[in-house]
Amino acid sequence: MAGIESSFFDLTRFDALSRLDTPIHRLEPRIKVLTTMVFIVAVVSFDKYRVSALLPFVLYPVVLITLGDLPLRYLAGKVFLALPFAFFIGVFNPFFDREVLVRFGPVGVSGGWISFASILIRFGLTVTTALALVATTGMYDLCRALDRLGVPRALTVQLLFLYRYLFVLVDEGSRMQRARSLRSFGNRGTGLRVYSHMIGQLLLRTLDRAQRIHAAMLCRGFDGELRLTRSSSIGKRDILFFCGWTAAFLLMRIYDLPAWAGKIATGMVR
Amino acid sequence: MHMADALISPAVGGTMWAVTAALAAYSGKKLRQVQDDRKVPLMGVLGAFIFAAQMINFTIPATGSSGHLGGGMILSILLGPHAAFLTMASILTVQALFFADGGLLALGCNIFNLGFFPCFVAYPFIYRKISGDNPTPGRILAGSMAASILALQMGAFGVVLETTFSGISELPFGTFVLLMQPIHLAIGIVEGLVTAAVVTFVWRARPEVLEAAATGKARTPFPLKGVLAGLLVVTVVTGGALSWFASAHPDGLEWSMFRTSGKEELDAPEQGPHAWLGRFQEKTAILPDYGFPAGEETEEPTEAGGTPETAEAEPWPSISAGTTVSGLVGAFLTLALAGLIGLGLRRYHSKS
Repeated sequence: MAGIESSFFDLTRFDALSRLDTPIHRLEPRIKVLTTMVFIVAVVSFDKYRVSALLPFVLYPVVLITLGDLPLRYLAGKVFLALPFAFFIGVFNPFFDREVLVRFGPVGVSGGWISFASILIRFGLTVTTALALVATTGMYDLCRALDRLGVPRALTVQLLFLYRYLFVLVDEGSRMQRARSLRSFGNRGTGLRVYSHMIGQLLLRTLDRAQRIHAAMLCRGFDGELRLTRSSSIGKRDILFFCGWTAAFLLMRIYDLPAWAGKIATGMVR
Repeated sequence: MHMADALISPAVGGTMWAVTAALAAYSGKKLRQVQDDRKVPLMGVLGAFIFAAQMINFTIPATGSSGHLGGGMILSILLGPHAAFLTMASILTVQALFFADGGLLALGCNIFNLGFFPCFVAYPFIYRKISGDNPTPGRILAGSMAASILALQMGAFGVVLETTFSGISELPFGTFVLLMQPIHLAIGIVEGLVTAAVVTFVWRARPEVLEAAATGKARTPFPLKGVLAGLLVVTVVTGGALSWFASAHPDGLEWSMFRTSGKEELDAPEQGPHAWLGRFQEKTAILPDYGFPAGEETEEPTEAGGTPETAEAEPWPSISAGTTVSGLVGAFLTLALAGLIGLGLRRYHSKS
């Protein structure tokens, strides 16, 4: 529970990060979303035994993180926390795919290990980039970008509301949790009965809050439609960013640059 | 249960995105028809409630380990299926964005697995049928247990299907099913208990809340047939269109399918789309494959054309030694270069 509480504390940190002012933060949100989607599709589209060709893609998150002034250690921690699912599915590959694909002298490496390595690299690349996107854009701008990219309005409005009340309700939930742990020892009071009453209480409070919010919105002229204002436009810099990176991703996708560099380097040694 | 980007192929991810987008647009339209603008804040706040509820943990009976609430079924019962689907979608998006729980490309899969099944299948066809119009605690318990368990079973099966179709994971279909379904049976039982407990509480304290959700549902009966037909069309069209672009889809997949033990199980579901995809792939594969040699005849010419050392087509395990060394050197060079660029940018950036 302390873990969850601190992960919500993280959320406020994310929010603070997204309010920095760096070249990456200043890019148009739609451009960032699109470039990141191209990146993810390019990374994911490689065949499963590909390891070396994935590596040049690390450049994109590196640039986002350094130019966006993001704390590398903190992001790495978040990526690591999210690892289990990909890890536990991927770790079976070495068991099922035992055919030796590569040899270093006497040591043979099976296809399973290679595809497992490939999964881990893909995971690191896609997750880091997605987190960097959010940390440099912020929820409000992200929702607006999604809205303007054609995501149904009902969903973007949902996202905004959810994000807005996340902080409020999580505070409420952790207060209740704290109150319970102060009044009980060890595992007492964590049974299903008490739990359901607590959650039920929280739910009733939530419903009441929703009613108050609705009344407040009506007072301010709400007619069932939420209007997202504060427009931003795509500038020359944004177009350059998008086209430059898309071209780079295409290049990295088509040519295995590390293999090429390695051939040249080992050729020179010879 | 949240799928990661690393395990799916663009064709699967894109198809599920399209399906989910269609479902979201459909739900949004349905909601607008109901014209209940109270729902707008209610949905958002209830989405936040699911997060808040996860702050409070409980002890799972008989095991001693602790768990927390999942959400899909409670939202369906409180909001009705369409609003619940959109709320689940927003919850999963926030989880993907801020907690790296499931990837961006995999978001379509996750929303489908955890949103579609509870909201559009388990709720109307299981929960509503069992609990009826005048629920009693017993009926609520039975309904939420059955609905939660089945929704999670379907969701887990969705994960298995999507992973297998993507062909990144090597787990044979049968093994994967045996791995996922029992785990999610346990999770489903817990989820069902919690759902029943919370809904019963609300039923005792504020029965009108449940009535409002139930009658709102009755006004707009859910035409599953139409939606399923629409989904099928969307799936086929986008799957077909995307497979054009998925040119480098693993030819290792067919190769590995020959060798994995679960060959028959794997073959059956993959037959149609995969064969189709393969045919497109032959047409679109204009790029020589520089990857690790998969030991197939087709790989040899390009490999030989690229590197003179390997021109004497030796049996495949031994050919790779030369390319392996150069591959490692190249990988190292790439990472070193990326690191240098990062350092340089940081220095340049902090100066300016």
